[in-house]
Amino acid sequence: MISQFFILSSKGDPLIYKDFRGDSGGRDVAELFYRKLTGLPGDESPVVMHHDDRHFIHIRHSGLYLVATTSENISPFSLLELLSRLATLLGDYCGSLGEATISRNVALVYELLDEVLDYGYVQTTSTEVLRNFIQTEAVVSKPFSLFDLSSVGLFGAETQQSKVAPSSAASRPVLSSRSDQSQKNEVFLDVVERLSVLIASNGSLLKVDVQGEIRLKSFLPSGSEMRIGLTEEFCVGKSELRGYGPGIRVDEVSFHSSVYLDEFESHRILRLQPPQGELTVMRYQLSDDLPSPLPFRLFPSVQWDRGSGSPVVTLMKMGCGFPGTDCSLLPCSQALNVRLHLPLPRGVVSLSQELSSPEQKAELGEGALRWDLPRVQGGSQLSGLFQMDVPGLPGPPGQGPSASAPLGLGPASLSFELPRHTCSGLQVRFLRLAFRPCGNANPHKWVRHLSHSDAYVIRI
Amino acid sequence: MPYLGSEDVVKELKKALCNPHIQADRLRYRSVIQRVIRMSKLDQWGQAEVLNFLLRYQPRSEEELFDILNLLDSFLKSSSPGVVMGATKLFLILAKKFPHVQTDVLMQVKGPLLAACSSESRELCFAALCHVRQILHSLPGHFSSHYKKFFCSYSEPHYIKLQKVEVLCELVNDENVQQVLEELRGYCTDVSADFAQAAILAIGGIARTYTDQCMQILTELLGLRQEHITTVVVQTFRDLAWLCPQCTEAVCQALPGCEENIQDSEGKQALIWLLGVHGKRIPNAPYVLEDFIENVKSETFPAVKMELLTAVLRLFFSRPAECQDMLGRLLHYCIEEEKDMAVRDRGLFYYRLLLAGISEAKQILCSPKSDPSLRLLEDQAERPVNSWALDFNTLVPVYGKARWATLSKCQGVEHHGPELPNTAAFPTSGPLIPEENKESVQELPDSGALMLIPNHQLTAECFEKTWLSLKVAHQQVFPWQGAVHPDTLQMALQVVNIQTIAMSRAGTQPWKAYLSAQDDTGCLFLTELLLEPANLQMQISVKQSEARTETLKSFISVLETVIGTIGDIKS
Repeated sequence: MISQFFILSSKGDPLIYKDFRGDSGGRDVAELFYRKLTGLPGDESPVVMHHDDRHFIHIRHSGLYLVATTSENISPFSLLELLSRLATLLGDYCGSLGEATISRNVALVYELLDEVLDYGYVQTTSTEVLRNFIQTEAVVSKPFSLFDLSSVGLFGAETQQSKVAPSSAASRPVLSSRSDQSQKNEVFLDVVERLSVLIASNGSLLKVDVQGEIRLKSFLPSGSEMRIGLTEEFCVGKSELRGYGPGIRVDEVSFHSSVYLDEFESHRILRLQPPQGELTVMRYQLSDDLPSPLPFRLFPSVQWDRGSGSPVVTLMKMGCGFPGTDCSLLPCSQALNVRLHLPLPRGVVSLSQELSSPEQKAELGEGALRWDLPRVQGGSQLSGLFQMDVPGLPGPPGQGPSASAPLGLGPASLSFELPRHTCSGLQVRFLRLAFRPCGNANPHKWVRHLSHSDAYVIRI
Repeated sequence: MPYLGSEDVVKELKKALCNPHIQADRLRYRSVIQRVIRMSKLDQWGQAEVLNFLLRYQPRSEEELFDILNLLDSFLKSSSPGVVMGATKLFLILAKKFPHVQTDVLMQVKGPLLAACSSESRELCFAALCHVRQILHSLPGHFSSHYKKFFCSYSEPHYIKLQKVEVLCELVNDENVQQVLEELRGYCTDVSADFAQAAILAIGGIARTYTDQCMQILTELLGLRQEHITTVVVQTFRDLAWLCPQCTEAVCQALPGCEENIQDSEGKQALIWLLGVHGKRIPNAPYVLEDFIENVKSETFPAVKMELLTAVLRLFFSRPAECQDMLGRLLHYCIEEEKDMAVRDRGLFYYRLLLAGISEAKQILCSPKSDPSLRLLEDQAERPVNSWALDFNTLVPVYGKARWATLSKCQGVEHHGPELPNTAAFPTSGPLIPEENKESVQELPDSGALMLIPNHQLTAECFEKTWLSLKVAHQQVFPWQGAVHPDTLQMALQVVNIQTIAMSRAGTQPWKAYLSAQDDTGCLFLTELLLEPANLQMQISVKQSEARTETLKSFISVLETVIGTIGDIKS
């Protein structure tokens, strides 16, 4: 049961405020919340805060604070789930969630909140049911984009661009205006994996954890059935064995309640009738037992000498042997936005660097070294040589130069994105729609695979 | 009433949970619950709500309990964390007498909880971590094999890192201690000083069980010569020397040299305390303390000065030759020049203590300390699952139990009077008692007072014997009019389970009757009724085999009612 709900921008300006029960003081709670949030001591968590007889529970979503207040001792899991569901819902109806879209669609947001919550109780969060009640149309600003022009090929011929949707294509409201027929029937399917890895200083793998999700965003009329075919060698649990070869194994799978699994056992096909909007079809986890080698290897070597005058020299070699490729099968596979974060001992005064290519960048900041590599080609090897002056650093325990890292150096963490790659090896074989659209427009289907780093830590 | 998807869901729910006749009939209740659970239109919010309602029902037999648990099992596998946690809470509370069932449920919920702990939503992750800690209080080994899931990554916010460190500290066991310590050591040099200190404190916590490995790491950290690290390490040393006397030796070896890197009050106090208590084993202890005495005038914290006084005095007892001079100087300063009254009084106190006699002062200051193992045991005592089952899936674990207690206390005082915190903490603490039980419950207090046995038979001889042996416990006079109809009276008495032993015929004067009754505890009530028409009064004398005034009173009131009724009919 929620007393109030409000949305604050990242700077603390209230964008939306709704009081459901009228049992607690007015609008100034939003300000109160922001003051409490910013004035919180470091060791306390901001997730649940308390003032008078009111609990503030919030989530941060795309730079916004979605806050609910309640005076009851309710389930934190349900409430957090509700808030993130609201975020998805607002995203679905407004196109995308952000300060600008919310303030442009205030009327729509209030209308939605009215339908979703009544007197602080959840009524429904299903896009299907809500569709019938929502009258306001989303206001979308369409930035002028060259993509729109370039997708029109010369003499109607298919261009390269028409096969690739711009990354912002999925961020439009589900409730397309009734007059605008140009909106396409589209389905976006993402297989997203988050990778967290811990590698010991001797190169042995200590921890691998993959959290995967299959996300669907559908703009099809609801009730249309679709079938998603996954890789046939997909095994669940430690013991199951399917197909020949290494197979693709995950530890645990959970499905959305609207997924029919009658063909899952035999053919690894998920059947579902998705509502419009965003939906997490399947979640899976995999730990410790990765079928393919890791996307990145880091070979750090550190040299430092006794005596305060001599610098600490760190050589970073990064190998990007993409799994299964052996550098030749998928020459186009690449990693984007690679960033290495290396904490340094306190008191580093200067840094000199030798990098293997000009587009890379390395700089010092907040007691750490940041090495940015905008683009790393599969199968290549990169290196960076960093030399730091650390006055006052005690020398290594032994005599002469030491290979072990001084305390305070490391561990290194990498963040990256790998498009068209899943670490578990799971692929979507096909996406078929049983729906026959009226008219000649065939629904467009977009399938993406993406891995990105959650925590990729290499000890030095 | 929240909206639960559709009209019929609400109807069924109301039927199931508010209708005592359905609750009284186990099979009907089961089928209603089943219908509610199977209802396809129930979305996740509805499911969570239903689970919350079910908390109010208490099954009456073991069989029924397990039946309900089986019906609800599918909720534990739901993809929504809110529903899974709601189901877990329900299971824990329903199965409060079956610890093995509770353990099984917690095993089942391990997967969803761990998934939530590595969820993309930081807030969900935090709530899950808090609940993991709650479970670890009762089942310390529960997550030990999953320790890697609780390693921190640098991009995580501060509050999650702190929770994870706490979890790591609690789940450590023989198999994972090496890896956990290695991970924690990495955090000790973190850029954020708060986080580094939390990690060091965590290592200190683990050191109570795994002393050697932790001491090695802590000693290495001193080598970094960083202020914020050294001060926490020394504080950890102080706690360790107090709690685990076996590591005193190692602590004493590590201490020399670290006084250069301590600037804050807490760290100084810890160092000075260690030097005072264990100064015998630290060669340069007097010289370090002497430095502190030299600078005492510029010392800003009174607490440090107090600690210094005690430490120098203690060291004086074990190494008098080196300390006499500086103790004198310190006492002189504290008594003559110090402006803080607490420090001055402490100085005077020690001075007078020394005047009373060195050996007496030593006895007071250096006598054996209290047994530290006591606190250790108290800390590690496992709390039973039932102690927190009611708080599971509420805000209590998220705030932390201690914080919640203070919160609800202020709340109660300021706003709602004393009862509310209780109801707020346990929204469903009043279980619905099935209607049948309620009746018997209501009857119980009465029957505890008086319950007369229906078919009580006493022979005339037996009555006479008992009557003569007992004294009159109560005598009373009721108003009465006209003659008596013995049959009517006998019938009326029979209704309330009072047996008539003997009775005069109608019209005799004076009219007499002898009555007997027995209650469920075996206590006999023997009564004589005596009617003298002349003064229109019915005199009763009651004798009781066991002297109990409460039952006697209720017996007399029963009797009074009967006689009053009969008397009314007459008139």
